[in-house]
Amino acid sequence: MLETKQISCMDIAGSIFSRIEDIDEDINAYIRVEKESALESAGRIDGKIAAGEKVEDLMGIPVGIKDNICTKSITTTCASKILENYVPVYDATVIKRLKKRDYILTGKLNMDEFAMGSSNENSFFGSVSNPWDTGRVPGGSSGGPAASVASGEAICSLGSDTGGSIRQPASLCGIVGFKPTYGMVSRYGLIAFASSLDQIGPFSRDMEDCASMLNIICGHDRHDSTSIKTKTPDYKSFLKDDIKGMKIGVPEQLMVEGMDPEVKSAVGKALKMAEGMGAEIEEISIPNLKYALNVYYIIAPSEASSNLSRFDGVRYGYRDRTAKALRDMYKKTRARGFGDEVKRRIMIGTYCLSAGYYDAYYEKALKIRTIIINDFKKAFSKYDILISPTSPTTAFKTGEKMDDPLTMYLSDICTIPANLAGLPAVSIPAGLSKAGLPIGLQIMGDVLREDNIIRAAYSLEKAIAFKGVPNI
Amino acid sequence: MAEKKYESVIGLETHLELETATKMFCGCRLSFGEEKNKNTCAVCLGHPGSLPVINKKAVEFAIKISLALNCSISSRTIFHRKNYFYPDMPKNYQISQYDLPLGIGGHLDVNMGDYVRRVGITRVHMEEDTGKLLHSGTTGRISESEGSIVDFNRAGTPLIEIVTEPDIRTPEEAKEYMTLLRSLLLYLDVSNCSMEEGSLRCDANVSIRPAGDDVLGTRTELKNLNSFKFLQKGLEYEIGRQIKVISSGGKVIQQTRHYDNVDGNTKPLRSKEEAHDYRYFPEPDLAPIFIADDMVEAIRSTIVELPEKKALRYKSDLGLSAYDADFMAGDRKLAGYFEKCLEHCTDAKTVANWIMGDFSALANKEKIHIAESRVRPDRLCGMLGMIEKGKISLKIAKTVFEEMFNTGSDPADIIKAGDLEQISDSNELEAIIEDVISKNPIPVQQYMDGKKKAIGFLIGQIMARTKGKANPKLVNEIIAKKLG
Repeated sequence: MLETKQISCMDIAGSIFSRIEDIDEDINAYIRVEKESALESAGRIDGKIAAGEKVEDLMGIPVGIKDNICTKSITTTCASKILENYVPVYDATVIKRLKKRDYILTGKLNMDEFAMGSSNENSFFGSVSNPWDTGRVPGGSSGGPAASVASGEAICSLGSDTGGSIRQPASLCGIVGFKPTYGMVSRYGLIAFASSLDQIGPFSRDMEDCASMLNIICGHDRHDSTSIKTKTPDYKSFLKDDIKGMKIGVPEQLMVEGMDPEVKSAVGKALKMAEGMGAEIEEISIPNLKYALNVYYIIAPSEASSNLSRFDGVRYGYRDRTAKALRDMYKKTRARGFGDEVKRRIMIGTYCLSAGYYDAYYEKALKIRTIIINDFKKAFSKYDILISPTSPTTAFKTGEKMDDPLTMYLSDICTIPANLAGLPAVSIPAGLSKAGLPIGLQIMGDVLREDNIIRAAYSLEKAIAFKGVPNI
Repeated sequence: MAEKKYESVIGLETHLELETATKMFCGCRLSFGEEKNKNTCAVCLGHPGSLPVINKKAVEFAIKISLALNCSISSRTIFHRKNYFYPDMPKNYQISQYDLPLGIGGHLDVNMGDYVRRVGITRVHMEEDTGKLLHSGTTGRISESEGSIVDFNRAGTPLIEIVTEPDIRTPEEAKEYMTLLRSLLLYLDVSNCSMEEGSLRCDANVSIRPAGDDVLGTRTELKNLNSFKFLQKGLEYEIGRQIKVISSGGKVIQQTRHYDNVDGNTKPLRSKEEAHDYRYFPEPDLAPIFIADDMVEAIRSTIVELPEKKALRYKSDLGLSAYDADFMAGDRKLAGYFEKCLEHCTDAKTVANWIMGDFSALANKEKIHIAESRVRPDRLCGMLGMIEKGKISLKIAKTVFEEMFNTGSDPADIIKAGDLEQISDSNELEAIIEDVISKNPIPVQQYMDGKKKAIGFLIGQIMARTKGKANPKLVNEIIAKKLG
């Protein structure tokens, strides 16, 4: 529509910002809104289009960015007091890629502090509400990116996924959330939580926008040594009704005990549809997946304990000014700068890496991680994709699980395995519960087989025909 | 008495800053003594979200060093994080290597004159350097300063750690090991190896045990040994201290000690019990490095002839004495100069003698390196040729050389300008000698009477008449004939 000049960038941006002004007081998806610079960009881009410049994907489209992705000269906080006033001196590689396409930055989105959480209740800037029911959580840690797209406060957004932080909130908010293969999107400029698990990915309303975003953000980056050197395919070319003949495995370990029956039935229905379209469905067993959560809660906090040690008050960020000596400054800065969940994980990680415990925890977790990777390799030698629920439940009530971290950790039980094995995975809406809450369906593929995921997701998206929009 | 009963066991850990163009994990330039925090970026300042990328050149240098130390190269090597909090560490972890270092199991043979000590090299690994803390106030001590600033110019400089086995037995051996290691590293052209600037640093682990025992005693780690002299002095003091402790019935405590080069003693820094738990784990931001055999061979082929081999060749092929050969080969630049000279003349021994004699004396006085002096190798050889051919005397040569050293001039020009050519014409000399004999009847008579020493006076007179240019050999011959 931008191409035919039926609508201007200014119109789109204007409507997004009036939406933000109307509802963000209730949602709290944004930590920082960049209205002024966004409208300025919109005007500039409209000028380019008027001058006859070709309109490419993303040009003039308002996109929100999770606040753990560095934006040059724009505060990037990780939703933490310790980085409350931190202004990056550089743009993350993904931001450079978006800028090249003339995107419009709406603002920086709320999240669980340092991406640690499954409900977006661990934010120094307050919790985020689910647009479908503001008394419920949007999921986490990318609660802001998910809630903003679901409620029309952004067209698309970027989040990060360490154990499900894109897919689980996408599921709880009724939108599409994609975690690409580890190494497909540069992590340069993503403030690390757990380096070997973190991956940036897009949120969107549908698979088409998702594929467009993947086309822009994926690709090798020499500033990230874990970035894969491979040709980036045209992800939009996989947007085909092409699920026929696909072999789909359904791991019984991900149809977890205590799962919400409505979630189970929605996933069942989607599988029936796939079968109806000519896919072969088989229940399979990947026994070692039962260790995934345990392995994750050793590896992720261990890496985090080291990644977060740079926040010490010496060079940037919050510093406790009452301290008189160095050790005291470290202690007070970190005690007062970090929230409880972050401190909990730093302590767990520090413990797991300590002399005398390393072999029993970290070393063993690495070994089981390798076993899980091999199990997936075996599964993908037989199946094109694996399907499961994204989250065992729909959005839960704000505050419901805050006093019980272990139950909270279970929210990620279906999503964590893909991070451990570096696999690509998407969550797409599979319907609404009786209470009117979105249910998500997860599709996992083999490493670098985003093609299979996109084909299946696109087919199922059309078959499911999820038209729900939150009533806010 | 007591000292005779004990032997010391020493192992050295050497840190070397590599002289690559850029830092270990980012594109910042290396610098020394520049404006503070000038050469820094998001990566070496440890800004959130920044990631390290391995400097290939540094890996190549590390392979080169490992090979020169006779290590085997790991075909797969990884980095670890060493975690501890300190303000000079931007990330509060150092990217280092742990259980899969680049080079392992090498050795260095240290020539101690009457024996050779083989020092095992446990490992050669890569890491990054820290920044520097500067404490304000007059003493420069942290405890007495109002505040501190951190200069991160050095942070991220590629660093190589070379760890020996506890094979060293005396402080002299430790000093000789370091001297040899430094000479070797200079040959490899990977670092300026300056102990003053801190680009070459050394810590020592030392313990004592009853001589002949093979159980290791409790060790201490010595720091601040930042010159060859302090390395030796520090170890001597510490060994003496440990012997005193044990002889008087005490126990050595495992601890890190600081060598105080003013007081000449060692003081405890911290004991191992309260030492850090570094929580090493594999660096997830860096992929493993795979090193192919052909890469190793390609690097091996770039290694020049190293001092040990060179010295052997100087002895066997050029006939130099062991001392001269070691002296010439020990310094890469000197050896290069020496070999340049040999392109212009064949008498290696004479060249070596000259370099080690007058040339070294003048260079030392001016505090410059022989290879960087004004004297061109071809001109030095030209002058040596003139001595050999009898064109100038050895005595005149010293004067000529001094001028060459000061001005860089061609010796032929100097001789011409100063009319310094030796008189080797026997007719000319005969006339002068006859004249001297006739004018000095008394010394001549004394000589005739058996006072052979009197000839010295006559020769002196001849030299004075010729301004020292008379060929002494010819003078001796003629005068002997005349008076004989």
